[in-house]
Amino acid sequence: MKILRALFGSRGNAIISLLMIGLFAWVVPPFLSWAFTHAVWDAVNRAACSAADTGACWAFIKARFALFFYGVYPEGERWRVHLGLALLVVFGVGALFSQRRRGWWLLGLMVLVPIADAILLIGGIFGLRAVPTNDWGGLMLNVVISFVALGGSIPIGIALAFGRRSQWPVIRTLSTVLIEFWRGVPLLAVLFMGLVLLPLFLPNGVNVDNLVRALIVMTIFTGAYMAETIRGGLQGVESGQSEAARALGMHEGQVNLLIVLPQALRLSIPGIINIAVDLFKDTTLVSIVGLFDLMGVVSQSLKDTAWTGLAAEGYVFAAFVFFFSCLVISLGGSVLEKHFSTAPGAAKR
Amino acid sequence: MTSLPARIMRAGRYALAAGAAMLFTSVVAQAQVAPPPGPTVDAIKKRGMLNCGIDTGVPGFAFQDNKGVWHGIDIDYCRAVAAAVLGDPDKVKYTGTTAAARFTVLQSGEIDMLVRDSTLTFTRSTVLGLEEVAVNFYAGQGFLVRKSIGVTKAAELQGATICMVTGATLELNIADFARSTGAKIGSLLFEKPEEAIAAMEAGRCDGYTDDTGSLAGMRSTLKKPDDWFVMPELISKEPLGIHTRSGDPRWQKILFWLDNALKSAEEFGVTQANADQMKASKDPFILRLLGVEGETGKALGLEEAWAFRAIKTVGNYGEMYERHFGPKALNLPRGQNNLYTKGGLHYPLPIR
Repeated sequence: MKILRALFGSRGNAIISLLMIGLFAWVVPPFLSWAFTHAVWDAVNRAACSAADTGACWAFIKARFALFFYGVYPEGERWRVHLGLALLVVFGVGALFSQRRRGWWLLGLMVLVPIADAILLIGGIFGLRAVPTNDWGGLMLNVVISFVALGGSIPIGIALAFGRRSQWPVIRTLSTVLIEFWRGVPLLAVLFMGLVLLPLFLPNGVNVDNLVRALIVMTIFTGAYMAETIRGGLQGVESGQSEAARALGMHEGQVNLLIVLPQALRLSIPGIINIAVDLFKDTTLVSIVGLFDLMGVVSQSLKDTAWTGLAAEGYVFAAFVFFFSCLVISLGGSVLEKHFSTAPGAAKR
Repeated sequence: MTSLPARIMRAGRYALAAGAAMLFTSVVAQAQVAPPPGPTVDAIKKRGMLNCGIDTGVPGFAFQDNKGVWHGIDIDYCRAVAAAVLGDPDKVKYTGTTAAARFTVLQSGEIDMLVRDSTLTFTRSTVLGLEEVAVNFYAGQGFLVRKSIGVTKAAELQGATICMVTGATLELNIADFARSTGAKIGSLLFEKPEEAIAAMEAGRCDGYTDDTGSLAGMRSTLKKPDDWFVMPELISKEPLGIHTRSGDPRWQKILFWLDNALKSAEEFGVTQANADQMKASKDPFILRLLGVEGETGKALGLEEAWAFRAIKTVGNYGEMYERHFGPKALNLPRGQNNLYTKGGLHYPLPIR
């Protein structure tokens, strides 16, 4: 009854409700019929799909599933990707939910996982076959770029945030200029610069891996945003905190590292999660500089003569995967927020 | 009056800034005029890998199958070169290049050659300092139009609206065409071909314009292909081919003659399947082509079997076309892409 009153209580509300219901009735059933009722799940190519039924041709996604997730990472070596992902998930879950040893899990996530995953994915030592980054692709590439850029951007962000608050003018100006420059340039432009300009400055024969270039650019770019988020956190810490710490005889480094920073990071969590979600979606921009991330592989797959013209299926699938991934990041973030009680409504400890 | 130390400091600062600026400009200038890294072939052999710049995906020219293996006529050219130079067609590293970055990637030395359905033009040759080695596909800008508007020639498109992708030379060609014929053609611009095609099918425009190769691919994706037709008339010339950096004639000659060899093979009936038997042919031209007689390989700095290996890998030009544009693929009539003997434009120069 409450719902009915809320939806149809006044004339204005009733009209809006009816319009929305009409819109749903107009859009949703055709979509469902396209996506499910008349969908084709098994076919060898698009022609076979169209012959079978009129709906979505999910056979296209099925046939290229591996390509969407691993790119052309060699089939026999994909267990390395799985193991790498498992490490990431285990340590991630540990860092989120462990009650006592959260610090150790977090340390593992920031130090152990990157090293282990780099060894696993790149190979070339411990009897693992070397896999050139040229073969990396699909969602795996999005995850790798996000993880590296996020992990790298936090220290950069902390350094720049403190730098911008520094009492030394040189450091303060330098940090401000760096932050403003990287925030002021579109990500696409810096990606192009990394791809196109860098090789012209490097000596002949020296080639920086395409992926490494993208990683460096994304890390610094995210670092600049991170710096502002963390600076916001730093400003949120009451001055009484550092005054009290100084009164206890701590020197400036201790005050910042032990008293101010932990509280500032706690305050910055929502902002950091926001950056993580943004970053994850921004990783699709690397397809424009010729790396085959999930979006790159999807739009590239539409060019295979066996499947051309299935843009709707490809993009719906990509949207679903990205939505799901971002949901996971958001949920992880809200767990962190609850733990540190920064979420609105949570009891202050 | 400022004190002396302060003035010295300031002078020093200016000098430092000027020095940095000079260093920067000299680095930029150097990067622009520096000769390309050594003879390309030596670099490829030392590396054991050919770095081939390709499109990030376009039907017929470069696309991946379900397993992620690259196919297309541009890919075949990369493989043929790797077979001729390195003896192994699989020793190719493919670098996907976007329209905006392709020539810079080539100039930077990251790739040895660019086969990326790129048009050979005056500007690219002179201003960008690239070599245009060979044409592997003659395309032109054409139209895919709705049959019901009853138009047969491009000049009759007066008042029609055409969907197209922005950023390429398509808009420019349409404008040139409209200026020269006085026809008024409306254009509707999109970022991606799929969007343009969707808008066209929804009736927002009367047709779609693109290069012939792409048009054939697009027509096959339509919901009702029979409602649409590809006009035979073309409004521009788009010779697509192989680009290299200027400054390494030896490498350019290899690519140029390899292209000629693949087309000659078709002219003389040498195919992937019969190349071995053809080695016993009585025709001296075929014997020279396959490296049984003469010293064509030595002249190019390659092994004598260079062309033979390329043909064994990808077949002759006609076979490549058949594989990617033939009736079983995109179903694009050969037209200009036939040999000169069959009314086309491919005229292989004699290998002797």
